[in-house]
Amino acid sequence: MNVRISDDALAIAVGADSVAAAFIAAGAQVERVSSWGMQWLEPLVDIDGTGYGRVCADQVAAILDGSAASIGRIEDHPFITKQTRLTFARAGKTRPTSLDDYYATDGWIGLAKAQKMGADAIIETVLASGLRGRGGAGFPAGIKWKTVAGVTAHQKYIVCNADEGDSATFADRMVMEGDPFMLIEGMAIAGLAVGANKGYVYIRSEYPHAIAKMETAIAACAHLIAPFIVEVRVGAGAYVCGEETSLLNSLEGKRGEVRAKPPLPALEGLFGLPTVVNNVLTLAAIPWILVHGGDAYAAFGMGRSKGTMPVQIAGNVKHGGLFEVAFGITLGELVNDIGGGTDTGRPVRCVQVGGPLGAYIPPAQFDLPFDYEAFTAADALIGHAGITVFDDSIDMAQMARFAMEFCAVESCGKCTPCRLGSTRGMETLDQIIAGKNVAANLALITDLSETMKFGSLCALGGFTPYPVLSAIQHFPEDFGIAPSPERS
Amino acid sequence: MVTIANILAEHEGREGPLLPILHDVQRAFGYVSEDAIREIAIGLNLTRAEVYGVVSFYHDFRKEAETRPIIKLCRAEACKARGVEALMPIADGQDRVKVEAIYCLGLCSVGPAAMIGDQVHARLDAKRLTALMASV
Repeated sequence: MNVRISDDALAIAVGADSVAAAFIAAGAQVERVSSWGMQWLEPLVDIDGTGYGRVCADQVAAILDGSAASIGRIEDHPFITKQTRLTFARAGKTRPTSLDDYYATDGWIGLAKAQKMGADAIIETVLASGLRGRGGAGFPAGIKWKTVAGVTAHQKYIVCNADEGDSATFADRMVMEGDPFMLIEGMAIAGLAVGANKGYVYIRSEYPHAIAKMETAIAACAHLIAPFIVEVRVGAGAYVCGEETSLLNSLEGKRGEVRAKPPLPALEGLFGLPTVVNNVLTLAAIPWILVHGGDAYAAFGMGRSKGTMPVQIAGNVKHGGLFEVAFGITLGELVNDIGGGTDTGRPVRCVQVGGPLGAYIPPAQFDLPFDYEAFTAADALIGHAGITVFDDSIDMAQMARFAMEFCAVESCGKCTPCRLGSTRGMETLDQIIAGKNVAANLALITDLSETMKFGSLCALGGFTPYPVLSAIQHFPEDFGIAPSPERS
Repeated sequence: MVTIANILAEHEGREGPLLPILHDVQRAFGYVSEDAIREIAIGLNLTRAEVYGVVSFYHDFRKEAETRPIIKLCRAEACKARGVEALMPIADGQDRVKVEAIYCLGLCSVGPAAMIGDQVHARLDAKRLTALMASV
């Protein structure tokens, strides 16, 4: 009998360690594996393929004597069968830092292929895949690589942005904690493509488990990726360091202030040298693309959004977790069919997609397909593809105020619209919440939002207005104004 | 005993060593003191203002010692959607434990979530948060 329990931070946070200890105490062999991503069921115990959800230590005896209720075969669960898992193909199945398990599941094949085909062919493959940066901006990865490859320099860098600070996102964390070799392999392939021999993974300090797993994995595979070297660097609690130029300053040991662009990091990045900065999910998609070919990846998705996106369903949702799927699925399918509505059982009032800088979207717009262009056209943001679900008890005026408060706390202070606008926005929303000069203050917020959108250096100040304005637009009643009749 | 000089020596030759050094100092001493800032500045050939600027920029680094146990409680959107704000009176109604806001632990489908040192806790409700605070 093979007992498998995840050692992902989320599983541990809901008691997986004590469940594993109880199995061991009962004489069972326990393997600690990555998480399937069915987070509402954690701690999920997998016994020879059969799953037991939300297990407590005192249920272990019943599971072992066969009297406990199971959820059936995990692989046949609709949450899993409805997915297209390319990046998360190993989720739930392998021990994260076991080289044997990684070899046994197509590990290092992409790197071996890349070593044979050479830099130009690697870049052609990534271009053909249509892979776009998964951090939020959606810039084509192949074009970024081609730019860095085309520059001559004595030193180039691959920087992996693992500063996953958006609320409702955890896919980067799951890659680092569940399949770290895949990320390292992706970085090594990027290094071959652009001629870089040094890589940094910048991980936020809020992810101690990811940091530990990545360090173990890097030490275990150093000989396989040589002469390429990877080093972990730990952030220090600044959300803005997820912005690539601010991240580079932080890596250099400076304040994490945003840099003006140009120069692009591809030309003058880390220590002023050519640098590829890619998100975890972008680099993690690379080994699959090398193994199966760019066209195979581009066969998934819609329009100019190719491949799959590991969507993160979170907040007040019944079936929260990681759902990797081809672009094109609608928001409604994700929230209602896959997510099962709210955890509290109350009606869904809205969702926020794309983290603290993403718009609030009401159910009337749930036919929106997951596609970069479709979201942009709706004044919304896919970002890192996190979805936060809210029920009807949420006060949207408070959420709008929080958007400004968060921006004020996390602003790097370099540009005025963000540094001052966020604080003034918070004060103005306080006035609105208190019912003072509501109409005039709403006009002021709209005007301030325009300034922040177009006058800020980076997305923190530039996108904070989206949650604020969308909350006002869709839920005016929370701001003390009557809904307009044509409101959806 | 760990000294600033030891920490500086450990990071000699590294590219961009300031953040790793500050993390080590904070881990060893619990905060980054004025004296530490002076010694790090000399060691890295930076001005004290430059080091101070970095220390004060990042939420993780403390300039003064915190004697109380610290719980970092997530106050970001997903935990708000799952009711963290309703738990705040428990945190605010006492002074024995320092409850700090943190924005996202990546446990967004099982919040409210909190971190104590490197230990993470989720599915907090009034009873569990109270027990957690009593345990530190």
